[in-house]
Amino acid sequence: MQFMLLFSRQGKLRLQKWYVPLSDKERKKISRDLVQTILARKPKMCSFLEWRDLKIVYKRYASLYFCCAVEDQDNELITLEIIHRYVELLDKYFGSVCELDIIFNFEKAYFILDEFLLGGEAQETSKKNVLKAIEQADLLQEVRIFLYHQVAEPIREIDCQLDSSWSRAATK
Amino acid sequence: MALKIVKGSIDRMFDKNLQDLVRGIRNHKEDEAKYISTCIDEIKQELKQDNIAVKANAVCKLTYLQMLGYDVSWAAFNIVEVMSSSKFTYKRIGYLAASQCFHESTDVIMLTTNQIRKDLSSPNQYDTGVALTGLSCFVTPDLARDLANDIMTLMSHTKPYIRKKAVLIMYKVFLKYPESLRPAFPRLKEKLEDPDPGVQSAAVNVICELARRNPKNYLSLAPLFFKLMTSSTNNWVLIKIIKLFGALTPLEPRLGKKLIEPLTNLIHSTSAMSLLYECVNTVYIDVNTPPLPSLSLSLCLYLSLPPQLCVQKLRILIEDSDQNLKYLGLLAMSKILKTHPKSVQSHKDLILQCLDDKDESIRLRALDLLYGMVSKKNLMEIVKKLMLHVDKAEGTTYRDELLTKIIDICSQSNYQYITNFEWYISILVELTRLEGTRHGHLIASQMLDVAIRVKAIRGFAVAQMATLLDNAHLLTGNMQRMGICEVLYAAAWICGEFSEHLENPMQTLEAMLRPKVATLPGHIQAVYVQNAAKLFATVLKSQEGNTDSTAAQETSQLMIDRLPLFVQSANLEVQERASCILQLVKYIQKLQQKDVEVAEEVSALFAGELNPVAPKAQKKVPVPEGLDLDSWINEPPSESESEDEQPKAIFAKEEPKHSRPRREEVDEKELAKRREARKQEQANNPFYIKASPSSQKVYQEAPGVEHIPVVQIDLSVPLKVPGLPMSDQYVKLEEERRQKERAEKKKKEKKKRKEKRSGRGKKHDSGPESEEDITPAHQVDIVTEEMPEKSSKHKKKKQKKEKEEKEKKKKKKHHHHHHHSDGGGEEAVQNGTVEEEEPLLTSLKNKSSTYQVVVSVIFENKCDSFLKSMEFNVLDSLNSKLQRPEGSGPHDGLTVPFQLPPGVSNEARFVFTVQSIIMPQKLKGTLTFIVKDSSTHEKLDFKLHFTCTSYLITTPCYSDAFAKLLESGDLKCSSVRLEGVNMPFHHLLARICFHHHFSVVERIDSCASMYSRSIQGHHVCLLVKVTVSIDAKCDEPTLLGNVLDEIKQTFSQC
Repeated sequence: MQFMLLFSRQGKLRLQKWYVPLSDKERKKISRDLVQTILARKPKMCSFLEWRDLKIVYKRYASLYFCCAVEDQDNELITLEIIHRYVELLDKYFGSVCELDIIFNFEKAYFILDEFLLGGEAQETSKKNVLKAIEQADLLQEVRIFLYHQVAEPIREIDCQLDSSWSRAATK
Repeated sequence: MALKIVKGSIDRMFDKNLQDLVRGIRNHKEDEAKYISTCIDEIKQELKQDNIAVKANAVCKLTYLQMLGYDVSWAAFNIVEVMSSSKFTYKRIGYLAASQCFHESTDVIMLTTNQIRKDLSSPNQYDTGVALTGLSCFVTPDLARDLANDIMTLMSHTKPYIRKKAVLIMYKVFLKYPESLRPAFPRLKEKLEDPDPGVQSAAVNVICELARRNPKNYLSLAPLFFKLMTSSTNNWVLIKIIKLFGALTPLEPRLGKKLIEPLTNLIHSTSAMSLLYECVNTVYIDVNTPPLPSLSLSLCLYLSLPPQLCVQKLRILIEDSDQNLKYLGLLAMSKILKTHPKSVQSHKDLILQCLDDKDESIRLRALDLLYGMVSKKNLMEIVKKLMLHVDKAEGTTYRDELLTKIIDICSQSNYQYITNFEWYISILVELTRLEGTRHGHLIASQMLDVAIRVKAIRGFAVAQMATLLDNAHLLTGNMQRMGICEVLYAAAWICGEFSEHLENPMQTLEAMLRPKVATLPGHIQAVYVQNAAKLFATVLKSQEGNTDSTAAQETSQLMIDRLPLFVQSANLEVQERASCILQLVKYIQKLQQKDVEVAEEVSALFAGELNPVAPKAQKKVPVPEGLDLDSWINEPPSESESEDEQPKAIFAKEEPKHSRPRREEVDEKELAKRREARKQEQANNPFYIKASPSSQKVYQEAPGVEHIPVVQIDLSVPLKVPGLPMSDQYVKLEEERRQKERAEKKKKEKKKRKEKRSGRGKKHDSGPESEEDITPAHQVDIVTEEMPEKSSKHKKKKQKKEKEEKEKKKKKKHHHHHHHSDGGGEEAVQNGTVEEEEPLLTSLKNKSSTYQVVVSVIFENKCDSFLKSMEFNVLDSLNSKLQRPEGSGPHDGLTVPFQLPPGVSNEARFVFTVQSIIMPQKLKGTLTFIVKDSSTHEKLDFKLHFTCTSYLITTPCYSDAFAKLLESGDLKCSSVRLEGVNMPFHHLLARICFHHHFSVVERIDSCASMYSRSIQGHHVCLLVKVTVSIDAKCDEPTLLGNVLDEIKQTFSQC
């Protein structure tokens, strides 16, 4: 896999992971192009498109688009599977994930992704193992999360105030 | 201390954390940039503090801002600081920031080497984990070099969590620092059998990715992967393994057979669609299926049933309501189309139906398919359908795509499928009515091409173009249509050049001189002006025949009235042409007023027929006598190239004889050295890809039209337009003339060569040394023009060949396992590997037909004991003899110059002299050796198989030289049909190239011509057709018969 992008229906980037070395400028250009191309596609269109010399596989979950770029010989269906697997992992970790979870805890979303994919290849195919690794690494983290929960209001409440139209991200 | 922590926490409570930042950004939607710039200022302050927690928080926020597109490269050093924190919380953030923000040009990466090394060896596995994860994103060649060893050690870490990460990241390291592949490979291979499934799958992943780029190096792992495939239940791993086999099977056809059973099992047992897709897509005829139909589909593939059945199954897929499956189905269909166009053609209806799909990507896929589906019968129908779609299509991109596809489809393979050019011209004219297309020039070039090349159509074309010119205002009326006005360029030119076909030239002339023309782009106006002059000539001619001379004078007046408009043009070209022609017409008018007949002279200005010329025509022009295109104009630049010129020396008879042998020696050594260096380099480079398949690809992808000389168009049969096109007759005549010339030239050349040969023969008598002159290369006359570069090519080829041989050996290795594994103290002997060498100078006597062949044999000790005193002996035949040291008898064995400890392999080379190469040879031989422990003499029998193929050298040949060779009539013909071969054509060709050392000369659609040369200079030419029949020609029928048998053999194994 060359890179993975998460972006919202409004075209805002929510997560980006690059597995090939590219300059910031190229990255920006690619994500801008791709976001535009994908958002322009109609909902009933298929999940694959050829873009430059890459195959793009994308899927929409609620308001979020998950988009992966793979090479020509790669399997489109397994890439869809990877996307779905990642959504499931997020869902398990956050407990019915929504876009705001990913925005406010974007570093967590990255940590989960890093435990699941490494260098663009799936490193762990067992969901249980991924979550276990994350939980244990979290245990090593310091009190900081605890502290903030006391000071700040729970994120979920704010969710509802900000945008009531958000629905649960993960399907199935 | 405690107070400090509390203070730190309190500080942080007042700082903005990530959540605050995100919330803030969301609340400042209107002035986001301003808000963020204040945030960045705050972050800069925070980064100046000593408290690492504050810094980490700042870096975390920066990572978020980086995602939003803000430049944070200025904070790179702070990121390194946070990475180096001893606390996991901060280290994690630091590495995340680094992996998101660093790339190869980030200079602080240099500073991180030691920190990363420390983290890699940390007792905490999660420290090591984050370091590995981060490294996978920002590894540079320097980091890869410095850390390769550390990561390699981690591949054997006690924790599988680390092992799997280390294995995966090794792939990135290989990419950046290929030298690390060799030392790391044994360990990587070991990991394929790691007890932890995660580690195992990581190793499979890495090897699969490596093998994808250079499958040859990984053939030896096939048995191991085979075992994995039958034992693993992890779909992710299975997909990778199947992909790997997909890359390996073209190189080793026998693998395919072996895979049938496990794959059938997989397809039957799995429920994962992606796995099924991979099974069928990769290994078999690139077919994709949904779970259910796939069962029967794959079965029919196994049984090599006709591809129609596969396509039938694909049809079900394409008819599926799931857009994704539909898309993949069409994609797979286009792959089948390349090999079995006929079977896809019957599903035209379905494909056309897909053109109506609401999904544009599906429509484009379907369009791609149409390209290969047309035939003479259905072309008009398909294009008609496409024209309907053009009318309906919304959005210019899709419509433009349709337009180019229509033209592509019609013009493919030199208009092969067009039976009626009148129809095609009208299609082109219809296309000009498209709104807002960018492809005006494409239509224009088609119009020109057809009108020029299809002479019989000119009358019709001219009439159509005249109408176009008349209605030019329709095309140019809208400025948006600037693209389409290009067709006026073609229209004006055609009307002018072929004006004799015009019904009403006067009317067209007027149309071309309308004031509105001045609004067209300059290059079009220029053509208008020039062709108005041509038309003028035609009009004059018709008018002067009449008794009334005023008409002609009026025409001249019209020109004189209108041309000044163009003389004022800002475009130089238009201006120049217009003023030139204006003066000319004024002069003509003067003559007309004196009642001089001028029409003849005016039309003489534009006399002469325009003929199509093939792109390669220049090559066919005979080289004038006395001109040697290959001689150096200046002296060759440096000494070092002298060896490249070596073969040339044969013609320089007066060269001192003593100097040659020495040079030859140097060459041998030099060659060996270079060969070694090259091997080394290739072995180190995981991505080394052999040249021949890629060159193959080039042929395949090259668009047909450019490669086909015009000569091949034979319009006489299919055209409805009456009469044989004159241009073709003309071309044919020209061709005949050239053939004659060539034949004469050939004769002369032959004579010369004979003379040379006899001259050489005389020299033989005078002294044995002159024998060195006879190297096989010189007998090839078809490539004589390329003498200067030939020798170097020749050498390269040899190296490549050697590599191929090596490969064969490797392959043989595991097959030999079976034969020899039963006896404990035995060796696997690889045979049949013949390497051709240039004749050594000293030992050879007379007979130019004696050749030396060097056989390298790899001895591998598979037993547990030490082997020594090995003797290699072969029973000589009349034709092939093992070269033994002087003084030894004809039945003595040769001592192998090494001993073999257990598990070691080594290579020895033996020289054979071969008289005739036209027959394959099988030599019986024995190897005797002593097993050290038991001190017993052991014997191992083997056979050395010298195939005829092994005497062939891949030699490039240009199509014209090839054609010359075929025409020479010296070659005997033979042909063969390959039964039951069911593989893509390019695979077939690749396989012939690979196994039989041929090179593709030219590939045209369904057939390809191939060439190879024996070490004795026999030419072997093949014409391979997609129907898997091979017509072959060679100057030695026995050799040819044997080579063909071997080819047949190769394909009967797959």
